[in-house]
Amino acid sequence: MTTELLDRQRPAAGTLFRFATAGSVDDGKSTLVGRLLHDSKAILADQLESVARTSADRGFGGDQGGLDLALLTDGLRAEREQGITIDVAYRYFATDRRTFILADCPGHVQYTRNTVTGASTADAVVVLVDARKGVLEQTRRHLSVVALLRVPHVVVAVNKIDLVGYAEDVFARIEADVRRVAGELGLHDAVSIPVSALAGDNLVERSVHTPWYAGPTLLDLLETLPTTDDKPATAFRFPVQLVLRPQGALAPGLDVGAFRDYRAYAGQIVAGTVRVGDAVTVQTPGQVPRTTTVAGIDAAGRELDEASAPHSVSLRLVDEFDVARGDLIGAAGTLPAPSAELAASLCWLAPRPLRPGTKVLVKHGTATVRALVSAVVGRLDLDTFEAGPAAELELNDIGRASLRLAAPLPLEPYAVHRRTGAFLLIDPQDGSTLAAGMIRNGAEQ
Amino acid sequence: MTLIHASDAAAPVRERLGVLDTLEAESIHVIREVVAEFERPAMLFSGGKDSVVMLHLAAKAFWPGRVPFPVLHVDTGHNFPEVLEFRDRTVERLGLRLIVGSVQEYIDRGELQERADGTRNPLQTTPLLDTIGAHRFDAVFGGGRRDEDKARAKERILSLRDEFGQWDPRNQRPELWNLYNGRHTVGQHVRAFPISNWTELDIWRYIAREGIELPSIYYAHSREVFRRDGMWRAVGEFSRPGPGEEVAVRTVRYRTVGDMSCTGAVLSGACTVDDVVREVAASTLTERGATRADDRISEAAMEDRKKDGYF
Repeated sequence: MTTELLDRQRPAAGTLFRFATAGSVDDGKSTLVGRLLHDSKAILADQLESVARTSADRGFGGDQGGLDLALLTDGLRAEREQGITIDVAYRYFATDRRTFILADCPGHVQYTRNTVTGASTADAVVVLVDARKGVLEQTRRHLSVVALLRVPHVVVAVNKIDLVGYAEDVFARIEADVRRVAGELGLHDAVSIPVSALAGDNLVERSVHTPWYAGPTLLDLLETLPTTDDKPATAFRFPVQLVLRPQGALAPGLDVGAFRDYRAYAGQIVAGTVRVGDAVTVQTPGQVPRTTTVAGIDAAGRELDEASAPHSVSLRLVDEFDVARGDLIGAAGTLPAPSAELAASLCWLAPRPLRPGTKVLVKHGTATVRALVSAVVGRLDLDTFEAGPAAELELNDIGRASLRLAAPLPLEPYAVHRRTGAFLLIDPQDGSTLAAGMIRNGAEQ
Repeated sequence: MTLIHASDAAAPVRERLGVLDTLEAESIHVIREVVAEFERPAMLFSGGKDSVVMLHLAAKAFWPGRVPFPVLHVDTGHNFPEVLEFRDRTVERLGLRLIVGSVQEYIDRGELQERADGTRNPLQTTPLLDTIGAHRFDAVFGGGRRDEDKARAKERILSLRDEFGQWDPRNQRPELWNLYNGRHTVGQHVRAFPISNWTELDIWRYIAREGIELPSIYYAHSREVFRRDGMWRAVGEFSRPGPGEEVAVRTVRYRTVGDMSCTGAVLSGACTVDDVVREVAASTLTERGATRADDRISEAAMEDRKKDGYF
């Protein structure tokens, strides 16, 4: 291994692609991530030196002076001491085609919590499978979380292919298992790749040891998978973060007269596109929806004709009615009717169980409302993918529940949009995040 | 329930937002969320490039309004004069209130001890926490980036700190979608890192694109320096060569700007922002590895400082 001049050139243009990795204990995930970063030249000389020093101190690779690439990602003291990964770590690298944000999610401790966190924003998830072990219970669990969170792409890296002698039939058997399990979950475009993180096979460079494999390398695939932006346009959605009405607190240098009556609604476009002159509906929780027209779109002093997700902008509206944080602005006539009955899938992330009667806060977009858990509808058995009856949900359980909201909200199914269909459950007492929620109102079944 | 979908598969594929636009949109979203949900936010501002970019993003987030919170500088007393001058000018230009927590005052009062190595960065924690407490700030924006350090790579965008200002890396809230949970109890506060997902190169490309002004020491200049711990250290009031450390004049610039007693310069002829972008893109060292003596103390130096309440 060399530490020759590394080229970190990356395009100023290009798009951002977010992906997460998920794996079971000891399947070499940290090594795979380290290898991907190393081989894509995202690791600089001083980081490599530090890894080399620690690897040598611990006798990694014997006298050969091998590099323990897992040290590149396991950053916390306890992780390095115990040789495990504790929490989601974010990594950054770029090729001349794309810029990547990698959420590296540990597999064993609180795997649901970590995988859900990493997968919630991911365009793709790379699930690791040990070629010697094949598809395990953990793999099925990871795939079911990926399916539940509707991550657009799933890639299965069949790792340690060197340890099964680069045997084509071993890979073919695992690939068939993956296709079957993924198919049951509705993940019809799952791709399997034979790799060795330790040896570097088929991650960045095509391996000479797998002539029977004609598919892409892992990096090739990550560089070419379509991003969510490539999907057909969805209806405009804009949760209002705050009202900009500078009056006495105008930024220095601006003309007081010109901004005396300025009033705009600041937020990030979570779906679709908005143009000046568009008719939009404003939904305030608990009120009748109102329709008006977009008078202007401002981006810090620049007036735009149109803006699309995920741009952060300010909207000026023709009618001056009361709009506030927590309101949702959408393309006219496209917002679902507000409902106080929330049907949801939940990933329960708290140590104390969820029971009917629990009082919670629901954070949906920029609105936070009080809610009461009216029923736990069922729990998903992650091994059989069957939903069974359940009286409560425990830590790391995935289930369904119904909640009654203190104010009706425009509830859109997660299946239609990952941003407007998502919410958090928060403990009103200590403020902790209890669950990741996905709206099922209006979804089939 | 029937849903009307305005999906239009025939719509032309719109020009996608580039990397910098996407990062900018995410950061502005975070800054606005914190201002909307917290009572008393403040933003750390040292005059270093990351805090300059963060403040620029805040100004954009609230345009045409003024940035609606004070800025906070924990002053080690070992400053580059160019940076202090820049700090004050920027605060003036944006019409902000500046609050300074002074490490020197703590040392003068005997509440903090000068370290044997002369480095004052680790001493910033106490004045920082005291200032947060005295002003009852419930959210403090920091310009930390996850690509800087292994411990920072694991920190959330909204990071809860306990009554002692401590970060507990093993017990962090899951951060899901773009829904940030900033709820906290009395005595706790939140550190918000809106530029978590930016890399050093993103920062420089953004500075170039937006025409953002920086302290002059980020660009190549001639300076009296000496070699220590493999780094070029400036000769100055707070940084004197020891026996055997030879002083030379070199053309250097700073990749990071911190306490003068622990920040090293790099040999560079990069005079313009475009030169710097090219230099950073081709660099074989990380910015902290190249310039920060305080991070060479141990593999987990940053983690240990953060657990105690550091930035």
